[in-house]
Parts: sequence; C-alpha cells; structure tokens
Amino acid sequence: MAEYRLKTPLKEEDVRKLRVGDSVYVSGIIYSARDLAHRRLLKLAEAGEKPPVRLEGAVIYHVGPLVRRRKGRWEVVSAGPTTSFRMNKDTPRLLECYPVRMIIGKGGMSGEVAEALKKRGAVYCHYPGGAAVLAAERVKRVVKVEWLDLGIPEALWVLEVEDFGPLLVAMDAQGGNLYEEAGRKARRSLEKLLAGLT
Amino acid sequence: MAVECVELKVRRLEEAVVQLIRKAAIELPSDVKEALWKAYKSETSKIGRIQLKAILENITAAESAGKPLCQDTGLISFYVRSRSIDHMAVEKALRRAVVRASRLVPLRPSVVHPLTRLNTGNNTGNRIPNILWMLEDIDHMEVTVVLKGAGSENSSDLYMLPPGEGVKGVKRTVVEAVVKAGGQPCPPTIVNIGLGGTVDLTFKMAKLALIRPLGKRHPEGGIAELERELLRLVNSTGVGPMGLGGRNTALEVKIEYAHGHTASLPLAVNFQCWADRRATLRIHPDGSAEIF
Repeated sequence: MAEYRLKTPLKEEDVRKLRVGDSVYVSGIIYSARDLAHRRLLKLAEAGEKPPVRLEGAVIYHVGPLVRRRKGRWEVVSAGPTTSFRMNKDTPRLLECYPVRMIIGKGGMSGEVAEALKKRGAVYCHYPGGAAVLAAERVKRVVKVEWLDLGIPEALWVLEVEDFGPLLVAMDAQGGNLYEEAGRKARRSLEKLLAGLT
Repeated sequence: MAVECVELKVRRLEEAVVQLIRKAAIELPSDVKEALWKAYKSETSKIGRIQLKAILENITAAESAGKPLCQDTGLISFYVRSRSIDHMAVEKALRRAVVRASRLVPLRPSVVHPLTRLNTGNNTGNRIPNILWMLEDIDHMEVTVVLKGAGSENSSDLYMLPPGEGVKGVKRTVVEAVVKAGGQPCPPTIVNIGLGGTVDLTFKMAKLALIRPLGKRHPEGGIAELERELLRLVNSTGVGPMGLGGRNTALEVKIEYAHGHTASLPLAVNFQCWADRRATLRIHPDGSAEIF
C-alpha cells in the first residue's frame, strides 16, 4: 500500500504501477464529467470532432460541483464525487475514444469498466462520498467551464487541483478491484444470513 | 389590511425557512453526528475507518467554513405539521425560500425536467419542492426540511411481497436490498422502511420514517424489535463504509407502517446517505420561532 504523488497529464507507465489499496494525490488539471458530458464526448468522437479539452493522460472526476460566481469568477464551494455506476455504460467506450488515465468517483464501477481499465491502462480511484468540502479545499481554481447548456452539475468543469486526495486506488490496471472483493464477501455473508432467518 | 397581514406572515416564514435550509445544508443533526462517531470508533476495517474519518473531518470543515457539506444539496422536501394550514400562503413562502436559499447558501441547482433534462436553475419546478402536509392536533406549526441526494434515492425500491412470506420475507428483502445497493447510497446509510398501505402510502411511510431522529424507536414494541434486528442483520453483511467492506453498513433502520390489503404486503426501502440533512422550524402560537 504505497503512496504516490502524480502530476497531470498522467503517464501510462505511472498509472500501470498503481495497485488497489495504494493512495494517490493528484496535482494539475482534472475534468468533471457526468452522464450528459459522457454522452456528448462520445457523440463528438463518433462524429470525428474534437472536444474543447485535451484528454491525453486525463483525469476524469465524476462530480457535479456546487459553485458560485464571485467578482466574475467561478469558485468551487463543495465538490465530492457522484455515484459512478451511472457512467458504467458509457465508460468502456469513453476509454476507447480518449486516452483517459484515471477516473475518480465513488461506489465503484462494473466488470466491463474493470476490463476496459485493464486493456487501456487506466485506474479507478475512490474518494469518500460526501466529503465535498474537503475535496473543494484542494481545488485551486476553475480554469474554465464548457457545455454550461447542460446545466451546472452536468457541465464540463476544468479544475486546477493541488494534492487532490487522498484517493484510494479501488480498481487498478491489473484487474484488482476492492469493490468486487467487498461485494463478494457481502454476498457470502448474505447467503449465511438468509439461511439463518426465522 | 388582511392581505398585507398574510403577505407579512409569508415573508417572515420565507425568511425563517431560508435559515432552516442553510442549517440543514451545512450542519448535520446531532443524532447523526453521534451515530457517525460511534461508527468510527467501532469500525475494524482499515479502509472503512479512513472513510469515516474523512466523513467526520468533512462535517467539521463544512461547519467552520459555513459551506454545504455535500455538493449534492439534493431535492428539497418539506414536512409541514399543523392543526390548520393556509396551504397557498405556506407553499408560496416555501417556494420563495428555496429560490433564495439556492442563491444565498448557495445550493447546487439540481432540479431538471424528467425528459428534456433542462435545469430550472433555482431548485424549484413542477411539484418541487415536494411538500407533505400533515394535519395534526398541535398548537404550533412545524416545518421539517430534508435535503436528499440522488445516490441514496436511486438505490431505493418498492417490493410487492407475497403476504405469506411475512416477517421473514421483509427481513430477506431488506438485507438483499442493502447488499445490492453496495456503496452507491454512500454507506453507512439510514435504511427507512415503509410497510403496508397502497403503494403511495407505502413510500410515504418510508418518508415518515426518514424524518424520525436516529436512536428513537417505533412506539410499538414489535416494530421496534424488528428495527433492532434489521440493523443487526444489515451490519452483519460486511458491505461497510462506502461499500469498501467493514462492519458499519447502516447507522439505523427505521420502520413506519400502515394497515394494508389482506392480499398484499408492500415494502418500500428508502435509503438515506450518511449525510442525513434535515432541520425543523417550530413556530409557536405567539409568533416566536426556533430552529432545531
């Protein structure tokens, strides 16, 4: 269980070194993307068009930030992760179309995503759900925002972060998966509990 | 004069409800904070303890910075209790308070049309905020606000059990639902259960369980006993904080019931995330008010 400090854009070899249980702090640029931004990124890729951000070695954060505008500038108030499950369907394709190296979220992702992470050399990191003020404290500034027509939570926010973490590597590029382990154990306990019910 | 008087009352209620929403968004009720501390102290999984520590640190950080503790400030529901209610005036005040609180606290604009997905920008919309009117034989008026995020709401479900399955069926369904939900509703959760009634009432029962403080058992011994047993069962699954394993999967299990049809046994499971944000405003007959 090592600790790493990484700078964006992330290099494939650095990401492939990470193992489940490691903790990571990320500095540099991260991109928010939820349901609608995923859809739009895929649509652009299918049309052969470029998105307004560079996703080489990128970190995608599943977040719909709480922001406010002060003196003409956006400020992040609160920005914890959203449930990653909702992006299960679009993520394998996203990883095929864009060289994203890290996804940050909560709750874990599907087996198909785990496969895609392995194939593409990317990891899924967990940040404690709801720890939104702590997360916002690591955001230095909003670099820009794209696709505000999707609404504030669904827009593509470009955030400059410093030592964003601690992130827990929960699904690594070797097939390690903490959620899968915990889920397997829970299903085993469930069988026992159900058998003992009166 | 009469119209002015009503308008003044609406303004005062609106002002108080803005403060109410602010408190709910920033500061957790003391029963929830205590339960989270207890969870942290009893957690044996290393990763589980890290999750709970971050949760506790975040609670302190939010309070000292005066910022909403979670970015998902949720859909807003009000539970209004009174002997007689001027529905139109109260609804007007509540809607206006939500709009103002969205800008002032601030809250994240999270309300969209279900199909076009267009965001209304101010957390109100068709039938939103959700208002539950409860006529009760009390002298004061109480407004409880609940800010509920989507992660926990998305994991919720309704089950139409064969009545013959009885209590055992209820236990099985609840424990299975908790394991299936895994880390998605941000455990340690509060599992709110509605039993009986017609399906709308079943969910309403679960929502009434939601506003009951943690640690306060159902007044009927049999139901209270079932709440205790379900909590023990749920915390034996090992789902753990954030679904990463551990002994603290739920902080509490609460049940409310209505009598139902002899041929059905509806069961609603409504999860609440650890960020169980609620606050209550009490307005006394003399006009004085308090928030708790």
